[in-house]
Amino acid sequence: MLEMKSISVPAGRLDFSEKMTGAAKFCQDLRPHGMFYAKTLRSSKPRAKIRAVRLPLLPDNVVIVDWRDVRGKNIVPIVTDDQPFFARDQVNYIGEPILVATGPNPDELRKIIDSIQVDYEELPAVLTIEEALSRTSDIIYGDHPWFVSYEYLKGDPDTAIHEAAISVEDEFHTGYQEQAYLEPQSMLAEQKDGVMTVRGSMQCPFYVEEALMQALGWERTRVRVIQLPTGGGFGGKEDYPSIPAVHAALAAIKTGRPVMLVYDRGEDIMCTTKRHPSCIRVKSHLDANNHIIAREIEVLSDAGAYCGLSGVVLQRMIYSVPGVYQVQNLRVSGRACATNKVPSGAFRGFGGPQAFFAIEMHMEHVAREIGVDPLLFRKTHFLRQGDLTATGGRLRSPVELEAITDSVCTLSDYYEKRSTPKEPGGKLRGIGFSAFFHGCGFTGADERDIISARVRLCKGEDETVNLYVSSAELGQGAITTLSKIAAETLDIPLSQVLCGYPDTGVCPNSGPTVASRTILVVGRLVQEAALKMKEHWDEAFCETESHFRYPGGFSFDKKLHTGDAYLEYAWGANVVEVEVDPITYSCNILGAWAAFDIGTPIDTTIAAGQVHGGMTQGLGYGCMEVLDMKAGRPLQCSLTDYMIPTSLDVCKIDFRFVQSESVLGPYGARGMGELTLVGAAPALAAAVENAIGKPVTQLPVTSEYIMELSRHG
Amino acid sequence: MDNAICFLLNNRSVTLQADPLRSLLDTLREDFGLTGAKKGCGEGECGACAVLVDGRLVNSCITPVIAVEGKTVFTIEGLRETPRFQELSRCFAQAGAVQCGFCTPGMVMAAEALLMRNSFPTEQDIRTALSGNLCRCTGYSAIVAAIMTAAKEGEGLWPASFDPGI
Ligand code: FES
Ligand code: FES
Repeated sequence: MLEMKSISVPAGRLDFSEKMTGAAKFCQDLRPHGMFYAKTLRSSKPRAKIRAVRLPLLPDNVVIVDWRDVRGKNIVPIVTDDQPFFARDQVNYIGEPILVATGPNPDELRKIIDSIQVDYEELPAVLTIEEALSRTSDIIYGDHPWFVSYEYLKGDPDTAIHEAAISVEDEFHTGYQEQAYLEPQSMLAEQKDGVMTVRGSMQCPFYVEEALMQALGWERTRVRVIQLPTGGGFGGKEDYPSIPAVHAALAAIKTGRPVMLVYDRGEDIMCTTKRHPSCIRVKSHLDANNHIIAREIEVLSDAGAYCGLSGVVLQRMIYSVPGVYQVQNLRVSGRACATNKVPSGAFRGFGGPQAFFAIEMHMEHVAREIGVDPLLFRKTHFLRQGDLTATGGRLRSPVELEAITDSVCTLSDYYEKRSTPKEPGGKLRGIGFSAFFHGCGFTGADERDIISARVRLCKGEDETVNLYVSSAELGQGAITTLSKIAAETLDIPLSQVLCGYPDTGVCPNSGPTVASRTILVVGRLVQEAALKMKEHWDEAFCETESHFRYPGGFSFDKKLHTGDAYLEYAWGANVVEVEVDPITYSCNILGAWAAFDIGTPIDTTIAAGQVHGGMTQGLGYGCMEVLDMKAGRPLQCSLTDYMIPTSLDVCKIDFRFVQSESVLGPYGARGMGELTLVGAAPALAAAVENAIGKPVTQLPVTSEYIMELSRHG
Repeated sequence: MDNAICFLLNNRSVTLQADPLRSLLDTLREDFGLTGAKKGCGEGECGACAVLVDGRLVNSCITPVIAVEGKTVFTIEGLRETPRFQELSRCFAQAGAVQCGFCTPGMVMAAEALLMRNSFPTEQDIRTALSGNLCRCTGYSAIVAAIMTAAKEGEGLWPASFDPGI
């Protein structure tokens, strides 16, 4: 056992007391004097022209806000300029905002929204990936049925395929997943002395600031965004909050009141971004020695009505889908298809969960096809330190896949369980394994080209140090862990470091709180700023900044998709054991085990919290979280219908950290927030497959699906 | 029509004029400024709004205020003044049972409700008692562990009792 580094020793969350006592003020807890509420009118059609919007007679104190009130640009600023803040003459998905009613009484607003009539002229909608790709005319977006299309090559797949002795092919499908953060989207906008201040629930204060500047047409100096305690994000509060923030701000300008905009749960599920449904085809070509010599992979994702983050998510899908394996010849392509549904977006893992489900199940299937033990088969293809990744980037830090695999297999007693008879008391038992990685930080050189993060430290006379970053505290422990890095580096007690919630009026832009970049990138900058400060510690006042520098030797070609796709990687392996009832086909999770290499954990208690929370979301994704669409409308719009794991659904989770140090991260830390979700679903699916003896090719693995497989599969 | 409604709120007797069908959650948050209980769904599905009414855990968002007439209502703001809370707080901190904190006040009330009627809960008892309170961050393990420790180490704080009925 490694000796624990002092940075890893649990220090206690700095935001613990205010949350434990209920004193923490979330957005919905604020009530500034004279506050108005706001409710949103949304499209009830998947694709239609708006012919007219008929308002009822409105009370004097109710004000309507729509596209006409957008003085700046009616486009959400995120990667592609396609999504309006308010629909103008056309709607493209059910739930798209058309207008907002604002006034003093929320119940009255709800009635008003219900009584507004919209005259639509319906247009033929595209509702699935297949429909999108089969259309030859009336394409819903641009010239193609997709927003983006990528392809890359490694080696010479065509020649290798020619030499193959055997080929194995699979097709996988995955469904939506809803973030289901406990606190719905919430924003409070207030205008004072010509400055618009928006406070609320969010991951990326500077994204919201950008959106306000664009919609209002105001200078940066007149816009201020402050994150409030946020009841979970998981990606769902990455780009989406720009929309309610702008709606609330426009309402505040028009009424001269503070305006609170809080989504109802059903509304939140219906109209905010979710994990992309996907269809992934994998074909492996092996030589006579059972070695994979080439692979062809095609990824299709359902992006919904606007591009949003779908291009970036697709990049992560196609860079992750080759898995943790060294294959010399690859052809990988991906398309994010346009459909008339709620835009898909960021969700912890960001394309990784779909990709690793596909590749890990495929590895199981190939191993079975050639009659080799699936773990042994994986091991002979594992990536190693110094290897080139699928995109040809060098793996500079240690890669401990063997140790990770051995650790989780010992912990779970995998081999013993895999080889024992499978029907104790008539139930079918199975155990499954997955291995995976998560690339940490933004894709390629985007940390340099797009984000260019900065952090600042200020020491006052009383020797307290203020830490200024834009990293949001979402429950993941950003405030505590970043403060710990500062304190450890400065060699001062943690209580001497002060770090608040990010405020764009005060903090430098250290980038969004996404992509498992908070410790790796921002934490590294905090460490650098602290080292600089240490040199000037004797001065009465001292302020230091640190700016992101792209590490030497790294490069990435965005067009060709070649080079270092990520700055660093975190690795993991999961094992899940299930019991399937052969009569009801219900699947009971008996145990889940994990080993992760996150480098040095910055606080083992906080890291353990990420493991338990992330794996639970991953298991939910694997077997119970069902969100179906019918005619473009989500069928599960409440927490009763959209079921996330409860305390009774979760089994015991046991895990180990296999620590090998990152060459880049502070104190050798890698990233971890997303990694913990990625591998649970494929391990669970492999366990079900092992239990019922039929190949599983779709997520979630519900009892209905198990029944279908058992009877017909 | 508004009614005069009286109840005991965190050990203080209160009277208010309100629409009898107004939700207890809105009453607590807006009329009394007690914002510890949260609205996660407003439909009785998540437990973020959980408070104790006569010692029983209820989702205040679907409880009309008239239903607490003459009863005792206990919220996180009341509980946090007690030594039992201190013990729960110590154990929640140690176990890492709080992440975003949005579910926390409801979870703590659920823990209190459980320990009040069963001071020696098994892990399964705890999981059952929390099953109406959703948490999307923690995966529940740390919360369950925290309550387990509080029950063990907080002996005497909760009445020694076991009431299998809910
Ligand atoms: S807010 Fe009451 S149960 Fe969710
Ligand atoms: S701590 Fe976030 S929902 Fe429980």
